[in-house]
Order: sequence, then structure tokens, then C-alpha cells
Amino acid sequence: MAEQQNSTVSGYASPAQIDIKQKGKQDSSKKNKGSLLQTVLYGSIIPVALIVLWELLSRAGVVPSNQLPAPTTILEKIISLGQDGSLWGHIWITTYRVFAGFIIGTVAAIVLGAVVGFYKKAEQLFDPMIQAFRSIPSLAWVPLFILWMGIGETSKVVMIAVGVFFPVYLNIVSGILGVDRKLIEVGKMYGLNTFQLVKRIILPASLPSFLVGMRSGLGLGWMFVVAAELMGASQGLGFLLVFGQNMSSPETILASIILFAIIGKLSDWVLKQVEVRSLHWQDRLEK
Amino acid sequence: MSLALRDVSRTFNGTTAVRGVNLEVEPGEIIGLLGTSGCGKSTLLRAISGLDSEYDGEIEINGNVSRQIQDTASFIFQEPRLLPWLNVLDNVTFGLTGKRKDKENRAIDYLESVGLRGKESLYPRELSGGMAQRVAIARALVTSPEILLLDEPFSALDAFTKMQLQDLLLDVWKKYQSTIVMVTHDIDEAMYLCDRVVILKGQPGEVEREIRVDQERPRDRGSEYLAHLKSEILECLDLNKK
Ligand SMILES: Nc1ncnc2c1ncn2[C@@H]1O[C@H](COP(=O)(O)OP(=O)(O)O)[C@@H](O)[C@H]1O
Ligand SMILES: [Mg+2]
Repeated sequence: MAEQQNSTVSGYASPAQIDIKQKGKQDSSKKNKGSLLQTVLYGSIIPVALIVLWELLSRAGVVPSNQLPAPTTILEKIISLGQDGSLWGHIWITTYRVFAGFIIGTVAAIVLGAVVGFYKKAEQLFDPMIQAFRSIPSLAWVPLFILWMGIGETSKVVMIAVGVFFPVYLNIVSGILGVDRKLIEVGKMYGLNTFQLVKRIILPASLPSFLVGMRSGLGLGWMFVVAAELMGASQGLGFLLVFGQNMSSPETILASIILFAIIGKLSDWVLKQVEVRSLHWQDRLEK
Repeated sequence: MSLALRDVSRTFNGTTAVRGVNLEVEPGEIIGLLGTSGCGKSTLLRAISGLDSEYDGEIEINGNVSRQIQDTASFIFQEPRLLPWLNVLDNVTFGLTGKRKDKENRAIDYLESVGLRGKESLYPRELSGGMAQRVAIARALVTSPEILLLDEPFSALDAFTKMQLQDLLLDVWKKYQSTIVMVTHDIDEAMYLCDRVVILKGQPGEVEREIRVDQERPRDRGSEYLAHLKSEILECLDLNKK
């Protein structure tokens, strides 16, 4: 009798708890939406204040303008670069390098990551080596790549690809290895063969981890393009950095930094949208 | 479909979980595997399903000895195990083949019978525990399995949903005459549903006794006969403290 009572009590308790949890979630998501504007407002108070202060101090001559030009000067620089047309060339070539390196690095990571994730033997063969390579800071490869491939496009793109490769690879492998064995059993119970298991269960289940890898890979791609272009380039936002330094023109440097920030953020936003679209089923994503 | 277990044992790294289980199941019979936690009920069921093939002994399904997963069998796990990236409808049609429209119509019929009509486009994260388990049940039943294996399928549900789903299971059984093996630790559930209750006991688990429930279905949950049987089962499990 005691057992029966117990099971009844727990039977009532569990749905009630779930209800409470869900209500909590709904409330917090409502709050999130309502306070989005507030968050943006609060978040921009300090930056706006700092920019205004910076502008005022520059105009008053407190900060030497040959070291730190006023925000409006930087803006003017960007506009003038845009007007003489050179800006688009710089933006285009840098974006192209990142994009090409990102694609190559991601494809390589997908191929190797999938092989290592699916085949135990491949994991034993490749993974220790890849892990060892991973502990080398990727920028350390730069001199070697330049020696091998010169300062041309190839070495730049390869460098970026190397930077992109590791986070994507690591996330794919951990995504595949982390697929819930219980879900795989569901597939097996329905008689799925290996190929169907991969397509219908393993791929969708490891997608979140893959996308995380892509986003951090893209971040590294932007970092590496700066390194690659600093080393030698005749065009590109990284080249603008060097150029600004050589010309003692801090507004060129700052303009380039700001453009990096904007384009980097934009490209991350694109991936973020892909993530939101394809992972809308996930519990953790708030909208 | 008939089912026979001959001297089935399962050892994990040197520790035996179940030992020497013999069982003959007639086509269309409902068998309950009852026992305290850890006596190897799930292990046994996984062996029958073919998800685990590392057991000793022989399992014969419809006259064929095999360690493969049978495509005529369905498994309802203790947890819903829904695929989180598919909505309710796609989860239910997951194991079906054929034209999309046919699959969906079938799925909708079963969703109706588990009381989830109109929830087709929800995703698992939007379901309560009980709803998710009902989707899992619909997913298993929609393939009209000839053998249905259930591992404590209703243990996470509230008492009312539980009773409803037990009756749903009986409806499906009546229609398709599936052979059902059901793991449970709920004595009332076993007696309400099963033709025979196999009691496992000990570590490693062994068959202690088989009890036949000789009563036409639908049964009266509160009948004298079942109460009597219950006390017998409790006695057998050494749980009857009088
Ligand atoms: N995959 C496994 N590896 C090792 N031990 C296991 C495994 N599965 C089950 N066992 C052991 O077998 C015994 C029976 O487990 P189980 O069949 O899950 O019991 P229950 O009757 O509660 O379903 C337990 O002692 C458990 O620790
Ligand atoms: Mg169990």
C-alpha cells in the first residue's frame, strides 16, 4: 500500500513542478522582450558618454589630435576613403581573404572532424597529432608559410584557414562524440543503417556544436587576417593599419579598427541568424 | 508473434545482472516483468529488443534465433527520447516509410488517441513530461508493431494520465494483437494489464515466480481478485509487512 501511495504522490508532484518551471520560463522571456530597449539604452550610456567626452576633449585640445584624433575626424576619414573609392577595395579584399580562408578551413575541419568523430581508428590515428598541433599558437606558423608560399594571397588564405580549422574541428568532433547514445538507440530501433543514422540523428544532433565552432572559427579568421595583412599587403584593412602607422595618421588606423569591428560583427550576425533559424528547436536559445 | 528466452544471462564486466531466464511468450500475450530496482529488468528487455546483443543464451522470435534488431518490434523507453529538432508530428512519423501524406494521417490518428491532437507542430522543448511521453508512445504504436517492448513507460506520469494510457495500450493490443513485454515496478499496473507477471528477484536477478492473472479484460482495478493477487506478489517480493 505504501508503495502505491508513494507513486501517486510523485505522480502528482512531477507535472506540477514542470508547470512551475514553464511558467517561470515564460515570465522571464516576456521580461526579456520588454527590457530589450532598456538593455540597449543602459548598454549605450557609457559608450556614448565616452565618445562625447572624447570629442569635447579633442576639440578643447586636451588630447593631442596627432595621437588621438576626435571621433568626427575618424568619421570624416572613413567618408573620404569611401568617396575616393579606395575603401571598397580594402573592405572587399579583406572580406574575400577571410571568406576564402573560412571556407577552406571549415571544409577541411568537416572532413577530418567527421572521419575522426565516426571512426575510432581514425581518432586514434589523427587526434593526438591534431591535438599536438593545436597547442602551437597558429601565428607561429606565419614565417614558415611565408617561406613556403611567399607573401601572396595563398599564404594569407592558408593562414586564415589554419586559424579557422581548429575551433571548427574541435567542435565537430566533440559534437559527434557527444551525441546522446539514447537517441542513437531510437534510430537503431527503427532499423536505420549507418548512413541514415548519420543523416537523421548524428548530424542534426551535432549541429549546435558545429555552429558554435563556425562562429569561433570566424572570429579567429578575422584575427588572422589582421596578422596576415600586417605582414605584407598592398590592399586590405590590415594594410590600412600599417599605412596609417607609416603615415603617422592615427585616424586611418582608428578608421580601420572601426571598420574591422563593424564587418566582423556583421559577419558574426549572419552566422548568428543561421544559428537561430536552424536551432530554433533548442531549449536554451532565447528569442 | 511468439517469443522465447532460453537460459538468458547477461554479465557486465564480470558482474552478472540477470541469470538463467527462461520464458515462453505466446503470440498476443501481455507479459509483465516485475521486480525491484536493479534486478535486471531493463537489461532483459534490451536483450529481447536486440539493442544489446552481448547476452548469453538464446532468444527466439517467431521461431528464428537472432540477435538482430527486429523491424517488427517497437520499444518504448523509460524516458520519451524524442528528437529535439523535430516537431511532434515529425517525431511520430520518424519510423514510418511511404508517402508523406499517408504517414502524417496515420500519425495524426495516433496523436488523437494519446490526446495530443492539435499539438502537431510543437517542439519537444514545449512539451511537459507527460505530453512528451505520450508522443513517444504514439511514435512506437504508429508502426503497428507485432512485438511491443515497454520499459516502465508510464512511471513518470501522473496517476490519471497513467490510467488513460494503460487503457490506450489495451485498445492497441485489441486491434493489432501485438505481443507485449512490459517492464514495470508498479504491481497494480502489472495486474491490470498482463496475462502473466514474471517476478524477478535478487542480484543477479533470477525469475522467482510466474503469476497468471486469470481475468477477462477490461479488469476492475479495485477487484477482490486483484487485491488478493497483489498481496501474493508482495509476499513473493518480501515486501508484505503484516
Ligand atoms: N551498460 C551497463 N554496464 C554495466 N552495468 C550495467 C549496465 N546496464 C545495467 N547494468 C547493471 O545491471 C544491473 C541491472 O540493471 P537494470 O537492468 O537497469 O535494472 P532494472 O531492473 O532496474 O531495470 C544493475 O546492477 C546495473 O548496474
Ligand atoms: Mg530499468
